[in-house]
Amino acid sequence: MCVGIPAKIEECDEVSAIVDISGTKREISMMTLDSPAKPGDWVLIHAGFAVTLLDPEEAQETLRMMFELADNDYQ
Amino acid sequence: MTINKLFSGKKLIDSLRDAIFKETLPDKTYRIMEVCGTHTMAAAKYGIPSIIPSNIQLVSGPGCPVCVTSQADIDNCIELAADKRVTVATFGDMMRVVGSGGNSLYQAKAAGADVRTVYSPLDLIKMAREQKSRSFVFIAVGFETTAPMAAGLVKTAHAEGIRNISILSLCKTMPQVFDMLLKDNEIKINGFFCPGNVTVITGLSIYKPLMDAGMAAVVTGFEPADLLSAILEVIRQVNSEKFSVVNNYRRAAHELGNVKANTLTYEVFEPSDARWRGFGLLPSSGLSVREKYEAYDAFKLFGINRFREEKPTPCRCGDILKGRITPKECPMFGKTCTPENAAGPCMVSSEGSCAAYYKYSARGGG
Amino acid sequence: MAEITLSAGGGGKAMARLINGVFLKYFKNSELREMRDAAYILTPEKTAFSTDSFIIKPEFFPGGNIGKLSVAGTTNDLACSGAVPLYLSCGMVIPEGYDTEKLEKIVSSMAEAAGEAEAEIVTGDTKVAPRGDLQGLIINVSGIGRTEAEWNNYSAVKAGDCVIISSDIARHGVSVLLAREELGFSGGIESDCNVLCKMLQTLYGLRVHFVRDATRGGVAAVLNEISERSGLGITVRENDIPLRDDVAHFCDALGFDPLAVANEGAVIIITEKDDAEAALERVRKHPAGRNAAICGYVRQDAGVIMETSVGGRRYIEMPLGEILPRIC
Repeated sequence: MCVGIPAKIEECDEVSAIVDISGTKREISMMTLDSPAKPGDWVLIHAGFAVTLLDPEEAQETLRMMFELADNDYQ
Repeated sequence: MTINKLFSGKKLIDSLRDAIFKETLPDKTYRIMEVCGTHTMAAAKYGIPSIIPSNIQLVSGPGCPVCVTSQADIDNCIELAADKRVTVATFGDMMRVVGSGGNSLYQAKAAGADVRTVYSPLDLIKMAREQKSRSFVFIAVGFETTAPMAAGLVKTAHAEGIRNISILSLCKTMPQVFDMLLKDNEIKINGFFCPGNVTVITGLSIYKPLMDAGMAAVVTGFEPADLLSAILEVIRQVNSEKFSVVNNYRRAAHELGNVKANTLTYEVFEPSDARWRGFGLLPSSGLSVREKYEAYDAFKLFGINRFREEKPTPCRCGDILKGRITPKECPMFGKTCTPENAAGPCMVSSEGSCAAYYKYSARGGG
Repeated sequence: MAEITLSAGGGGKAMARLINGVFLKYFKNSELREMRDAAYILTPEKTAFSTDSFIIKPEFFPGGNIGKLSVAGTTNDLACSGAVPLYLSCGMVIPEGYDTEKLEKIVSSMAEAAGEAEAEIVTGDTKVAPRGDLQGLIINVSGIGRTEAEWNNYSAVKAGDCVIISSDIARHGVSVLLAREELGFSGGIESDCNVLCKMLQTLYGLRVHFVRDATRGGVAAVLNEISERSGLGITVRENDIPLRDDVAHFCDALGFDPLAVANEGAVIIITEKDDAEAALERVRKHPAGRNAAICGYVRQDAGVIMETSVGGRRYIEMPLGEILPRIC
């Protein structure tokens, strides 16, 4: 129901940001982002708004968890 | 490379698939509902159903906001667009959904109405500033993820003193539809893919009733490994009969959700009854503009009837979603309900249960 | 002469100025210079004849403009049919008030593209439409060519044939959408708009069974057309379909399927299996074909199927028409 796209912040203030989507740029609203962000951060955008910071550490952790899930035999 | 790409590596996908084949019990049927339309699209895009055992069925759920928009609501939109003073703007998805007369906003545009496709609700701010004598109406569809953006438009217009913008809120919320699904004792669903990007906003608490009802609930993303790990998780929970809410989308979604976005939604909106295509009226499942912002409420501004009469249809999408009947048992299927002229949400969505069934059965199975 | 006036289409002095000052300046050939009502040309024995009309918003986009597009479009259609383009016509309807400098740029691009195709624009016509009657330029280009091979017979396609795609996909549609600036995105993705005649002419002599450019409706439309008309199935492998990361990510953002996005320089080539490698090698030698790949094969049964990046299978549908951005 909701397409969410990762994008990298190029410049930002509390109200808006310019994000980079593999070379394509767009101005987005920061109105719905609930944590401080800075250029270089990755955000998930939906309908022109940043909705959350994407957490690279959590991503690695989930990845590890998924490998574990796959290797763990069902008891 | 984006973070998401991590979740499409071949090694991970192969081992997840192997584990799924190993742990699926041959005498069991696993029905998993993709609540979110984007999950349905992603599963179709990667061909997930073709690489998992055939006794795992992925069912497309009620989470495509466009598909569940009622015919009466579409009729309202088309009539509003016919007003020469009005520009109607909405997401591209809404353009081809048909109303009771079989026509769509796309056709209304061809007939001369000013209908525009936007990527973001905030795009209306610029339009409204440039053409002060026109009235701009944003048709707001979407669930918890998209409602904050419509609310953001209202708040921005209000703050900047822009008076020629309003929204027609057809926004809906998820818990009430879970409620409807769970009330049915004969429901044949074993687990849910919980919508990742809804969870970003709502947090995890809305899925507790699913777990309590003895169903697996996995919050997940939209990459191949996200989908396969969620399937594996559901199978484990079903086999062990221990149910819980699991979050596989921690790179984006957190326990408490996005408080700031939720606050924005409920500052502008309040819960109200809403009509869903295929399910009828569900109490408190919609969001309507609060009195404080009524100057931005297109229902009030244009005197539109929120609950306009709708012709009753024999559509059985509700039962199809719950797994009680197959599409061909619906009296409308293939007759008065086809992909070109879709009546129910399962046919409106190109990957919905009925549309898929129609497509593949027409080809002689697959 | 800054803006085109209605008199420029009126048949008098103003029209002569437009034709001499713009069209004859760039379309340099003795036949056109005669200014007859019709061009006299020698036609080959088996003549291929094609026509295409062009409107596009915006008229200038990264990698091309409506002029290049119109000549490339018609000459590519001839080339895909197995013909060497020889003579072209240029019919143009110009809105009143159109900027002459812009028109010159467009006409000069047409001449350049015709030069690349080694075809001559030997006849033409211009009309000027009153302001408000027309949003932008309309160009029609018709062309004839000498048929060297018949690459447009569906019955020549057979099971076991290989499917080649001559370029990375979806660039034209994305480029134009970005240039339109309507959705608030900006970026300089270049259209793949290219004259492909020389590239396709290198395939003469190989067992090529079918060629079509994947313009409107993209690769999905062409594959479905071939499948339906030939009564055969086609399987393509997602991992082998060239697609640039920036284009893919942008398509993701708007919910577009790159397979349904328009191209102006990507053609589908169906060849005998044993000639596929040779065809690929020849296509790749041309700059517009450097990203070409063998991406699939023809099957005995029906339907267009994609083998996905994760080893799954899905049907590729005929696109509905104009693609619209999705949020769900």
